[in-house]
Amino acid sequence: MLTFILKRLAQAIPVLLAIYTITFFMIRFSPGSPFSDERKVAEHIIAAQSEYYGFNDPVPVQYLNTLLQHLQLNLPPITSHPGLTAADIISESFPVSLELGIWAMLIALTLGIPAGVLAAARQNTTLDYAPMSLAMVGICLPTFVIGPILALVFGIWLQWTSVSGWSTPTDRVLPSLTLGLFYAAYIARLTRGGMLEILSSDFVRTARAKGASEFRAVVVHALRGGILPVVSFLGPALAGLVTGSFVVESIFQIPGLGRHFVEATFNKDQSLILSTVLFYAGLIMLANLSVDVVQVLLNPKLRHK
Amino acid sequence: MHQRRNPTLHLSVFTLLAAALLLATSCSRSPGGDSLRDQATRDGILLFGNSGEPPSIDPHLNTSVNGSRITSALVEGLIAYHPTDDNLPEPGVAESWENVDSTLWTFHLRKNARWSNGDPVTAHDFVYSYRRMLTPELGAKYAQLLYIIKNGREYNTGKLKDFSQVGVKALDDYTLQLTLAGPTPHLLNLIKHPTWYPVHAPTIEAYGGIGKPDSNWTRENFVGNGPYQLKTWIINKSIEVERNPYYWDADKVSIKEIHFLPIDDISTEDQVFNSGRLHYQNTVPSDMIPIYVKENDPYFRSEPWIATYYYSLNVTDPVLADKRVRQALSLAINRRAIVKRVMKGGQDIALSLTPDGIKGYQPPKLERFNPNKARQLLAEAGYPNGEGFPTLKFIFNTSEQHKQVAEAIQQMWLNVLGIKISLENQVWKSFIETRNNLDFQVARNGWIGDYVFPDTFLSMYRTGDGNNNTGWGDPRYDQLITDSITEPDSAKRLEMLHEAETILLEAQPIIPLFHYNRIYRIDPAVKGWYPKLTDNRNYKYISLEPKRSAER
Repeated sequence: MLTFILKRLAQAIPVLLAIYTITFFMIRFSPGSPFSDERKVAEHIIAAQSEYYGFNDPVPVQYLNTLLQHLQLNLPPITSHPGLTAADIISESFPVSLELGIWAMLIALTLGIPAGVLAAARQNTTLDYAPMSLAMVGICLPTFVIGPILALVFGIWLQWTSVSGWSTPTDRVLPSLTLGLFYAAYIARLTRGGMLEILSSDFVRTARAKGASEFRAVVVHALRGGILPVVSFLGPALAGLVTGSFVVESIFQIPGLGRHFVEATFNKDQSLILSTVLFYAGLIMLANLSVDVVQVLLNPKLRHK
Repeated sequence: MHQRRNPTLHLSVFTLLAAALLLATSCSRSPGGDSLRDQATRDGILLFGNSGEPPSIDPHLNTSVNGSRITSALVEGLIAYHPTDDNLPEPGVAESWENVDSTLWTFHLRKNARWSNGDPVTAHDFVYSYRRMLTPELGAKYAQLLYIIKNGREYNTGKLKDFSQVGVKALDDYTLQLTLAGPTPHLLNLIKHPTWYPVHAPTIEAYGGIGKPDSNWTRENFVGNGPYQLKTWIINKSIEVERNPYYWDADKVSIKEIHFLPIDDISTEDQVFNSGRLHYQNTVPSDMIPIYVKENDPYFRSEPWIATYYYSLNVTDPVLADKRVRQALSLAINRRAIVKRVMKGGQDIALSLTPDGIKGYQPPKLERFNPNKARQLLAEAGYPNGEGFPTLKFIFNTSEQHKQVAEAIQQMWLNVLGIKISLENQVWKSFIETRNNLDFQVARNGWIGDYVFPDTFLSMYRTGDGNNNTGWGDPRYDQLITDSITEPDSAKRLEMLHEAETILLEAQPIIPLFHYNRIYRIDPAVKGWYPKLTDNRNYKYISLEPKRSAER
């Protein structure tokens, strides 16, 4: 197991380097200057700023310098918010995105797995069709539609929850729901598929033949194998929840990392883009690795490979 | 083993969620059905929608409107914003002033002005601040606003190394003398701008010195001299300011705290205001404007603003080099239809670059919508019914509204003149670069005046000016603008600017479309908030008055 983890970590290094290189050159080749402004900025001012931020060096030197700074975790200064560093921004906003992602994931699992299990156990009945149709709706409706609808109904008409901010517990409800519902729908469908396959397998039939109750057959015997597709989906899902929450952060005015990520590209802020891309990349790799570990633990077949 | 626990775990999480929802129901409504806004009104807190996280709240480095709304609460210049009339000087740190030939100005500073750490504000602070603003290494983007100071430009461009030759001098601790590059009668209007604000020298020195472009003092130790001081700053969440006890006029400051909320999404801001969590909504989504107007929304305001929406034409392009083509393009636009059908905010149509409302100045006007004359001019230029006219490249910065305006005009030009344009949107930074490089034929443009005087618009169209963006130039125009700056007689100055604008409109390197209105929403509990052409606020004159409840 340890060799497996170490091997995967070693594989991450060239991948991160490739991501760094591609991002670096994509920013370099995109048009616009980070120092331009609505009112024309004098050439000597742009020159002074470029000098300070190291943009006057030859490109290979910049490439290496920035890489070294990232390796030493000494993130280079950012241009879109002078005075702040990418470290300030990530350390202040990532915990928010992470918390939002975790709540959304909890909602997705709490709603998705039971719905999927139920649908599989009662295949081709109303208990199957109703949640699966709902899930289809959930998958089709994008967050920027669900979010404002939830805000309008629960925040403005009913006044149950708040519609913006990230201070009180009520602030967490709508964004987590908005983000979680899409994944809940997806997980429900995956669970149903996985469970259907396992429920028709021999060992479940044996268990039933031996007189196991329906609950025991489904939950104890089948679930462990049935949710494997969900587990392999969790890695990308968690990464998606944590990194892809830009829209939800915007709709509900949440100070998360997603907004910085998008704004950095609009501002052509090279160091902030690089730092966040590398941070996200590392995060996604970690998420995938942990999922692989969990899968090995859950699935005896993989253990012997 | 593990699996058996799963259902109970689910159950408990579910109960927790249900409980949270119940909790939400019980605590989001305070007794009496009050909104958060009413509660804040009673607590003396102004909840201010501020459109987005400002790039900086360092008064010398910030270039954004939302940033200057915060710096003007935290820092005070020699002259402050007047609560009602933008033409009047409101004494700030300067108690009184006098000038000789409007070139040599002396400001007498009040002796009780204090920094938020208790230090006195002196004339030396202003000398230090102007030196910082002009220090080339700092790279302040708006340093050019201080070029009216004698030798300011030379010092900023590095041609002059000795700051003592720049026209800023502290005659003693409380007397500041400014020697300008030329007579500037409206100096008092110019120095209201945040680039002229003072900074606390010991703090700047402690955070990397005068030339450090990314010093962190604004975040770690903001020392200001304004009516408010920084309380908390959480990126993308809020910047909260509280009353500065050391402010010289602290007794007059009524609102206890202002919370600037950086809500960049305009639909979100609308939703936040509607849920009762804002006193001031910076932007109203254009779809909502007609609805609020129709409903007589008690919060809705639409007021004249010193801002113009217009298109720039690239006169270096062979087709657009012909003046008749440019005039035809302008005459073929039905501006009234654009305001009524697309903008929907009751804006005034623009037939001049300078908006109405500047005291003593009646701008010359372009001819209105005239399709026949437009067709005739185009035919004279060699394109009868648009035959042989190439497809023009039109660029705009990505925005739904700009796109709608552009599509309306695309249709008008096709219907009236029979010519085609291709629309191309670009993200902001790329757009600015394309426009600067004249890599377009028609480009969207807009300008908000820095102060209430025509040259805040007209000076851009001098030959080769950084904001000209059309390639157009006229020596007579340049001469008029240059002379008007130093003309001591104010009536004569306005006359010169009038002649200049007549030349500009006749040559038509630009097509003015409409004058922006300042459209926003505000809670009636906010008192002392008057319509202002520049939309600059002096917070010490603003107060919150809880509404008297009839039921209680």
